[in-house]
Amino acid sequence: MTAIRTKRSLAARAADVFLSDYFIFYLCIAFIIVLAPFLPVLIAPANAVNIMSNMWPLLIVAIGQTFVLAIGGIDLSQGAVMAVTAVIGAMLITLAVDPVTFMRTPLWGLILTEQGGPLAGVTGGVLLALVMMLLAAVLIGLFNGASVALFDLPPFMVTLVTMMTLSAFALWLTQSGNIANLPDDFTRLGRGDLVSVYFGAKEESQLARRQVYSFVTFPMVIALIMAFLAHIILNRTVFGARVLAIGMNRKAAVISGIPVRRIVIAVFVLSAVCAMIGGLLYSARLEAGRPTLGGGTFLLDVIAASVIGGTSLFGGKAKIIWTFFGVLFYVLMSSALSAMNLSAFQIDMVKGGIILGAALLDVFRTWLKRERLQ
Amino acid sequence: MNELLAVKNLSKAWFGVPANSNLSFSIAQGTVTGIIGQNGAGKSTLMGMLGGTVLPSGGEMFWRGQPYQPRDAADAIKAGIGFIHQELNLFTNLSVAENLYIDGFPRRMGLIDWKAITQRTREILARLDLDFDPMIQVGRLSPGERQLVEIARALHNEASLLIFDEPTTSLTPRETERLFATIDGLKAEGRTIIYISHILSDVQRLADRVIVLRDGKLVEQGPADQFTIPLMIRSMIGRDMGGLFPARSNKPQPDPILVAQNLTQPGVVEDVSLTIHKGEIVGLFGLMGSGRTELARILFGLDPFQSGRISIEGKSPEQGPRARIEAGMAFVTEERRAEGLMMDASIAENLTLVQLDGFGAGRLGILDRWSMVERTEQSRTELSIKAANIQEQPAKALSGGNQQKVVIGKWQIGNPRLFILDEPTRGVDVGAKFEIYSLVDKIAAEGGGVLMISSELDELLGMADRIVVMNRGEVTGEIAREQFDRERILAMAFREVIA
Repeated sequence: MTAIRTKRSLAARAADVFLSDYFIFYLCIAFIIVLAPFLPVLIAPANAVNIMSNMWPLLIVAIGQTFVLAIGGIDLSQGAVMAVTAVIGAMLITLAVDPVTFMRTPLWGLILTEQGGPLAGVTGGVLLALVMMLLAAVLIGLFNGASVALFDLPPFMVTLVTMMTLSAFALWLTQSGNIANLPDDFTRLGRGDLVSVYFGAKEESQLARRQVYSFVTFPMVIALIMAFLAHIILNRTVFGARVLAIGMNRKAAVISGIPVRRIVIAVFVLSAVCAMIGGLLYSARLEAGRPTLGGGTFLLDVIAASVIGGTSLFGGKAKIIWTFFGVLFYVLMSSALSAMNLSAFQIDMVKGGIILGAALLDVFRTWLKRERLQ
Repeated sequence: MNELLAVKNLSKAWFGVPANSNLSFSIAQGTVTGIIGQNGAGKSTLMGMLGGTVLPSGGEMFWRGQPYQPRDAADAIKAGIGFIHQELNLFTNLSVAENLYIDGFPRRMGLIDWKAITQRTREILARLDLDFDPMIQVGRLSPGERQLVEIARALHNEASLLIFDEPTTSLTPRETERLFATIDGLKAEGRTIIYISHILSDVQRLADRVIVLRDGKLVEQGPADQFTIPLMIRSMIGRDMGGLFPARSNKPQPDPILVAQNLTQPGVVEDVSLTIHKGEIVGLFGLMGSGRTELARILFGLDPFQSGRISIEGKSPEQGPRARIEAGMAFVTEERRAEGLMMDASIAENLTLVQLDGFGAGRLGILDRWSMVERTEQSRTELSIKAANIQEQPAKALSGGNQQKVVIGKWQIGNPRLFILDEPTRGVDVGAKFEIYSLVDKIAAEGGGVLMISSELDELLGMADRIVVMNRGEVTGEIAREQFDRERILAMAFREVIA
């Protein structure tokens, strides 16, 4: 086999690279190599840590989206799920809120007081809040999934409605106020310096706080474990094979006895739970429950990152490893664009172009694959 | 005689499997050449190469003596080749005239010149003896008329070679006669025809020369009067076929597998009762709209029924196809592409679809890849699926017959005891049909029950132990093998006489 491979033409080997699962990863490396000389800040440790801390929550949310895309659906409500669950969690555990802002909210007196939320300072309160957030996410996922599976509503419609309703709900609950003063137990989830790397002269004994870069953090551990499990589930289990089968041909899946409804519901629940966990990590890092979390172009970032990785919007074609590299590429690109001192508008315009490029690349890869099979 | 098209050593390989190897023939102007061969014999690939949609991997083509290397369909149209496809390539929402001019509307002062278009369309239609309005929507025409519109389109493009690919499959006998008269007319005008069909008597009626393809090779060619139908079949399949059907190798047993009593669903089926015994092949015959497929869907739990009872081996299964599959039922649907296969997934993935549970281990259901490969390779051998690599190759790369074997194979992995086969040989060629009939016989011989739905009465007469006839949702008769009588069955189907 290897003997044959060495004899193959350059074009054939280029095609190998293009068709590899790692293609986007190679692209990331090429991206860094090309840009690093002009933008040294890109590979500075501070930026690397920043890139990663942006990557993990996005990856978790994108994992959920990948499952929905795999059945040929789309989940537009992920951002709103993040906002609602973050607000729910924060309002339960906050230690104190500003009465001026929160007097006007429907929560005042019922749940929130000057002393914070009902679980403030309660032992195990944070854990209980996490359970409540999970419960909320599961319920939202059930609603989305059941509407799609039982009433045959298009996922786009259902999740659009959920998105609108929930994000408005989160804003109404808090009257746009951020719920801050979250307990340490909670905010630690967003940091957790498990392994820090110190860059600097060795003899310097007094560490300036800024020079210690958290490398291995809770979000990283959580995201990697989830990515690994999701990979096993999607590509190595009966459940995953059924998810992909539904995406490829739903009618054939029904006739072949696949419990299509159950799986569709499960996938939407999974997506909402992933969104909730992603939102949790963001909230912990921001040390606040924000009703605007997951707003703006966040959801498009999630979908774009998944699609750049190679997951098909038409269903039936998805891999977690693709999503992983797609997210990496996306975060890397955003970071490079910010480092170039472009305005937010310019960044979005360039992003648009790059997503288009990625889509074209995917068309090219599909073509290449077909040619190769012939 | 004037040579219009010549082909020398033309070859093409798909997925490493040769689809055409070293084809050489020539076609004289003003003749009709019949090309016959089983599905997978390489006819479609050859037509693709002529039409510019498939790039040859070797050999040459000559058009009017000049080298001919079409790079896309437009090149072929420009050269003067027109295709009349099996699946009609017309826009049913557009008018006849629009369909003719779809690739370039003549303009006058920047606007589409409708006057010129309708006038020219009317001229072309008149040449084909068609008297309908050029502005009529194609969707409102019958299949036969649409076929003629396709011919009109080829004439509009000044095609000198017209290639007909299975043109009569959806035509009534009268429409077929009209098509043949048109083809005779085209020939008299000096146009050249290639006619591809499974219906060998049509080929005999039309063709001056016959070319036989088998396994991608040209195995025989010559003047049509040298070919009789048995000779054509023999040269297509490469051996004598001892008949179109295998002998039934067992007798049905007395114990019933499926008992359906008084099934009624308003507007769909009315008071249908049906019993299928172990080892029995029950043929279900009926015309389009007789409720055959609808009954199958109800039996398989896909559609609801208002009243009546279904029991499988004495037990009433719960609603839904999953419970039916658990009870031992399998359903090979009429729509292979839409309902049977995941066309983009590999053959192996298709084979394992129904019994995925069986390959999952532990709580998580981790797939046992090794046993999946083992089991699918076993299916490949048992069913003799013709593919280079069933683990990689997508289902859409297979011929119709092989696709059908995959659909049957995906059910067989679960060892079902009752098969519902809806039009199991539609779009399948003679040789593969025989293989599928043999599979059906084997299922019955091993004690399984089969409900075989077909609109080809001959295949039911050949295979079934008993034929049940339906008309408009009702069972209109039932005949055992010893009393099979074509006239009576047709009468039941048309309900002229209720037996």
